[in-house]
Amino acid sequence: MTLLITVFAAIIATVVWYKNAPSSKMRIGTLALMYWGASIMWFVDAIYEFIELRDEFFAPAGADMLNDAFLGLSVVALGLIIWLVIVLIKDPKGVVRAALKKNS
Amino acid sequence: MACFLVPAAEAVVTTIITKALESKEQKVEVSLGDKNIEKLETSHFSRKLKWLNNLLWGGSALLAFEHVWHGEVVPWFPFLTAAGNPEDMAEVIHEMSTVGVTMAILVTAVWVGMVVISKTIEKRADVPSVAEVKEG
Repeated sequence: MTLLITVFAAIIATVVWYKNAPSSKMRIGTLALMYWGASIMWFVDAIYEFIELRDEFFAPAGADMLNDAFLGLSVVALGLIIWLVIVLIKDPKGVVRAALKKNS
Repeated sequence: MACFLVPAAEAVVTTIITKALESKEQKVEVSLGDKNIEKLETSHFSRKLKWLNNLLWGGSALLAFEHVWHGEVVPWFPFLTAAGNPEDMAEVIHEMSTVGVTMAILVTAVWVGMVVISKTIEKRADVPSVAEVKEG
């Protein structure tokens, strides 16, 4: 479930990046790569889990699925927060710098 | 349990290499004329290494969060809940050497694929098409 949610987040971020290309001011590409990196890593984790559990892997308990779904959504939120911090620090549009100059 | 540490360690190494390459590439830019700068920028390897950095850092950070979620990583020393028990620690090392290494290898393989594809696209863009040659 976590893997699926992260893969969907990666696909959406990639589509948004492609739509806005070649302009990459908002650094959507960074967000997409972050989600793809996590998706690849969870994919490897899923393969090892499948080798260990076999048929049980495809029949998880309802509570486990719900917990994994919450984890997936939290991961997507954390990815967005990291991306937001990067955008605000790099400040590609100079908005933060302008606001700070105005205040000082 | 701590599989994300392997890609994170790779991310540290690739970030250092990226920084070293960036400073070298900037030096080359300065020594050349304006016309060559654009061509050099398209072949900047450090820019492509940044893709790998983003894949590794992003993946490791989100996986670290998953480990915190499951109580395997804690924000105080020794950070790994398994660190207190030698048996658990052996399991951690086993997981790092199997799952962690596979993660790092697969992410790197995907990045190599991305670099190969982008180089092919760049080469195609450099070579004029038959129609372009005829028109010229």
